[in-house]
Amino acid sequence: MTSEANLHLSWIPLLALTGATVNGFFGKRFSRSLVAAVALAFCGAAFVWALVVVSRFSFLPEPVYSEPFAQWIQISGFHVEFAFFLDHLSLIMLLVVTGVGFLIHIYSVGYMWDDPSFYRFFTYLNLFMFFMLTLVLANNYLQMFIGWEGVGLASYLLIGFWFTKDSAASAGKKAFIVNRIGDFGFLIALFLIIQHFGSLNFTQVFDAAGRLPTETAGAGTMTAVGLLLMVGAAGKSAQIPLYVWLPDAMEGPTPVSALIHAATMVTAGVYMVSRSHVIFERAPMALTVVAIIGTVTALFAATIGITQTDIKKVLAYSTVSQLGYMFIACGVGAFSAGIFHLMTHAFFKGLLFLGAGSVIHAVGGEQDMRKMGGLRSKIPWTFWTVTVGTIAIAGIPPFAGFFSKDEILWKAYQSNWVYWFVGLVTAFITSFYMFRMWFLTFFGEYKGDADRHDSHGNDHGHGHGHGGVHESPMVMLVPLMILAILSIIGGWVGIGGRFEHFLAPVFQTGVEAAHEVEPHSSMEEILMLVSVAVAVCGLALAWLLYVKKPQLPKQIAEGMGSLYRAVFNKYYVDEFYARLLVKPLLLGSTNILWKGVDQGVIDAALDGSATGANEVSDSIRHMQSGNLRSYAGWIAAGAAAVIVYMIWVGTR
Amino acid sequence: MVPLHYYLVLSGILFACGVTGFLIKRNIITIFMSIELMLNGVNLSFVAFAAHWHALSGQVFVFFVMVVAAAEAAVGLAIIIAVYRTRETLNVDKVNLLKL
Repeated sequence: MTSEANLHLSWIPLLALTGATVNGFFGKRFSRSLVAAVALAFCGAAFVWALVVVSRFSFLPEPVYSEPFAQWIQISGFHVEFAFFLDHLSLIMLLVVTGVGFLIHIYSVGYMWDDPSFYRFFTYLNLFMFFMLTLVLANNYLQMFIGWEGVGLASYLLIGFWFTKDSAASAGKKAFIVNRIGDFGFLIALFLIIQHFGSLNFTQVFDAAGRLPTETAGAGTMTAVGLLLMVGAAGKSAQIPLYVWLPDAMEGPTPVSALIHAATMVTAGVYMVSRSHVIFERAPMALTVVAIIGTVTALFAATIGITQTDIKKVLAYSTVSQLGYMFIACGVGAFSAGIFHLMTHAFFKGLLFLGAGSVIHAVGGEQDMRKMGGLRSKIPWTFWTVTVGTIAIAGIPPFAGFFSKDEILWKAYQSNWVYWFVGLVTAFITSFYMFRMWFLTFFGEYKGDADRHDSHGNDHGHGHGHGGVHESPMVMLVPLMILAILSIIGGWVGIGGRFEHFLAPVFQTGVEAAHEVEPHSSMEEILMLVSVAVAVCGLALAWLLYVKKPQLPKQIAEGMGSLYRAVFNKYYVDEFYARLLVKPLLLGSTNILWKGVDQGVIDAALDGSATGANEVSDSIRHMQSGNLRSYAGWIAAGAAAVIVYMIWVGTR
Repeated sequence: MVPLHYYLVLSGILFACGVTGFLIKRNIITIFMSIELMLNGVNLSFVAFAAHWHALSGQVFVFFVMVVAAAEAAVGLAIIIAVYRTRETLNVDKVNLLKL
């Protein structure tokens, strides 16, 4: 396993941690430039070292590298260590996390410059990087779980970054609590793994699991583990039924939405499922569930995306939908396609979010697309980069999204045409709402009020001193440009199945081999054309509705009536959860747990014992009167009692 | 030969008289005499047992008790005289300067 070369893999997360520590403890006294320098230096160093690691990794004799760091738990027969692990899968994640993370760090310097808690933001951001890298580089499930929980913490802190705003604070709590439900599933899965394999080490677990037969007839342990892992993944990656936290998470600063809630953290579920592919491949039923959840989520979230008016909410639902795509890929056993989409999605969704942040910055904090429009000429750089991102996510070649989405659709088609068909419909809707956003934001007449100088920041609390629509500073535009370039060329690595081939050492197992179909069959080309056509249709429809006949959407909305209202209100899922889960829980907690158990039993017992002690001692206190003869009386009475007792014992 | 339990009953009565006197009397000299009464009640039971079991140790104990009682009487009476001189009373309930 361990080879001669030492890649010092542990440096990568530790660098991020150092950045967080320095800024966290001393950032308050630092100037803004110094805080930014520290954050960028450590994050950049992590990225550079990741590149060094990658360049050395390709010279290793084996495609798997493991580096022990410290012992952790040692109980007879079971031990867990802190160790770092690198294979082609974690290599890609490593590059995505450090690379996109570094770009977003740069962007944040510009975006957050006026925020009073500048240093706090970068502390959290670096902390997030540390936990995400721990997650990605873990060599066992428990260490992965630490990272998993850690990114949840960082996500909570950053969603609630403007914690004085009620909605932000409660959105943070919502994210944390919903994630807890998923983590519960993950934990149980870990317990099952420990019970059956006596280890959490990836290599050992997968070796042991690889020898098990596929559970084709009914469900077994592997199915249980797979389903529970999927519960965890659904929480972290915002899949039905646990997706509700992600749209609310847009309360956080926009770079956070880009980094955590689009590019990296939410993909942790996909990574975890892919990492556990050995287990999933032995549980076809679990895989089917994964695929179905992915399919339903993709379509469901995409339809909600059509009606949203908040630019970030559109992107949030789009993220949920795209994550659904990744789970479709995992569900049909095309893990490399899922990871491919994960990577390209990190580029173009990071780009779109940063672009949206730049738009929001330009119009002074306004997030409602109905109050934008005509921004094309005012913020040209943002416009062009967002255009690239939009085309990429819509799946129009040769942009990145096309290759990965097409790969998924092709694999889905090979598995079951229903997945493919829903995926195609989703692709159409995706293209439609993304271009809707694009047209609403950049075309037509400007409908906002940022030119008046009294605009108040809805998203970022800094009411701009400089009024008027303005292009963002260079420090924000450069990451946008780099991500735009990546969004264009990022998909090219998948041409001719090269990406799949790259990941082959990781995923080379039964299911993959079963899908060994001629890579360039005519069917694939037909499907490719269909999906491009669908994307263009979405573009055309968006153009028709929002440029050609801008009054039409309103008429359609009125025509649809209650259906439109249902979609606009996100299918009332939040209300449904509130009615079905939150309210009964709240009632139960208030009446039974709080007033019944806590106040009635625990408090009553403690208060009662305190009052009882008080009362008893108050009465006993009178015995100690200071009157000597009464003492003598007590002594005599006691002696008499002893004598009576002794006589009673003696005569018994 | 007087049976043992006669002595013991007498001893118990003496001791009980002493305790009762100690508890109910206020005059310090009476209390002092009550204490002597209790000591002698105990002495009586010691002697009775010593005679009954033909064991000398009981009688030796009685000597000790008498010695201690004599010393106590000397010190106690001196204290009583001192108290009377300063407080002009022998009522214990009034000698309560140390009480809170």
